[in-house]
Amino acid sequence: MTQEELIPLMLKKDERAFTIMYDMYSKSLFSVISNLLKETEDAEDTLQEVFVKIWKSIDGYSESKGRFYTWMLNIARNTAIDKLRSKGYNNSQKNLSADNFVHLVDDSNKLTNRIDTIGILEFVKKLKPKCIEIIELLFFQGYTQQEASDELAIPLGTVKTQNRNCINDLRTYLKV
Amino acid sequence: MDIKQYIESGILELYVYGLLSEAENIEVSQMAKKHREIENEIISIEKAIVNLSTSFSPFLSADNFEKIKAKLDFKYSKVIEIKPQNNWSQYVGWAAAVALLLGIGYQYTQLNNTQNQVLTAQKEKTNLQETVVGLKLKNKQTLTALTVIRDEKNAVINLSGQAVSPKSSAKIYWNKETEVVYVDAAGLPEPPKGMVYQIWSLKLLPQLTPTSIGLLSDFSANKEKIFAVEKTGDAEAFGITLEPAGGSKTPTMEQLYALGKV
Repeated sequence: MTQEELIPLMLKKDERAFTIMYDMYSKSLFSVISNLLKETEDAEDTLQEVFVKIWKSIDGYSESKGRFYTWMLNIARNTAIDKLRSKGYNNSQKNLSADNFVHLVDDSNKLTNRIDTIGILEFVKKLKPKCIEIIELLFFQGYTQQEASDELAIPLGTVKTQNRNCINDLRTYLKV
Repeated sequence: MDIKQYIESGILELYVYGLLSEAENIEVSQMAKKHREIENEIISIEKAIVNLSTSFSPFLSADNFEKIKAKLDFKYSKVIEIKPQNNWSQYVGWAAAVALLLGIGYQYTQLNNTQNQVLTAQKEKTNLQETVVGLKLKNKQTLTALTVIRDEKNAVINLSGQAVSPKSSAKIYWNKETEVVYVDAAGLPEPPKGMVYQIWSLKLLPQLTPTSIGLLSDFSANKEKIFAVEKTGDAEAFGITLEPAGGSKTPTMEQLYALGKV
């Protein structure tokens, strides 16, 4: 089922649509949330909060604002960042280059049993360290181009294109 | 605008990441509507990043899904188009529902009544069983008493009341072959609390020698007042004294209730 088919059913508050939506996106959003909030309990609470928000504010989504996934991703990141602030997490912690989304795997052997997971993990190891950093900052942490440029000490104009090159490598691997 | 250049700029990735301004978002989504190529590119980028992040998700327990669902208000649990129905079938449906409800209510009352009846019958049965057991026990005790009294081989020794209780009396049934001794204590008063009757077999010569042959324990519980005590072979007389619970080594002669010679 595509997002275009899913949204009308979600607007009707159809339970099956929710289940499909959850299956499609919960792990993706959970990795983003878990990357920001290191405590499993906080991450799970936040994930629950995020899906309740998505469901209750679905009427406020419109295609002109962007992709449905993007809309959900923003809710997830913002809710996690709010939680981060309310909990008084040490902000400097998340900027350490060694501490990025790749650690989510090292932390947990209980990783999802997707067949392609092992492959993608191997692939990410081969990905340029710069790519991991840039995807970490832009996608996982929601940094602006300017913030990422400052953090990585690269010209503002190249943030976008470098990120594109990294995603292209990923797409070549995934054949999408 | 050059579509290819637009795609290569990397703006679509930022669009999917959700990092563009509101104005930029509107621009990109309009471009995507106009150009299938851009739309496809966006979908591919999204697939790649969803796939990547999904692969890095820590274990997500199913509890979370249940907890979320508990907080949501679903209007449809299945995707079923509801078609308008005519009134007739609606009324039949309601009538059937009401009839079914009444039927269930009636059955429920019936079931309750029946269950109560079963319970009452079970209580009665238990009471009767208790009575039967009690009667059987009593019957057995009576039979024992009868057998003892009727046995022709038994010598019957009458024990008469002594100074401390002149009205008391007792009988000893003593089978000299088997040496079995029974005491009929119906003529003795209930012993005070903490006290017990003790039976003594006595030898009179060359000197008075008492030997304890048992206690009449559970005096009040034994309705027939027929007690079996220890065997004796050479008694010349029998005596009954009142002793502290557990009995004494030698009889307390001040508390001699009954005495009789063989």
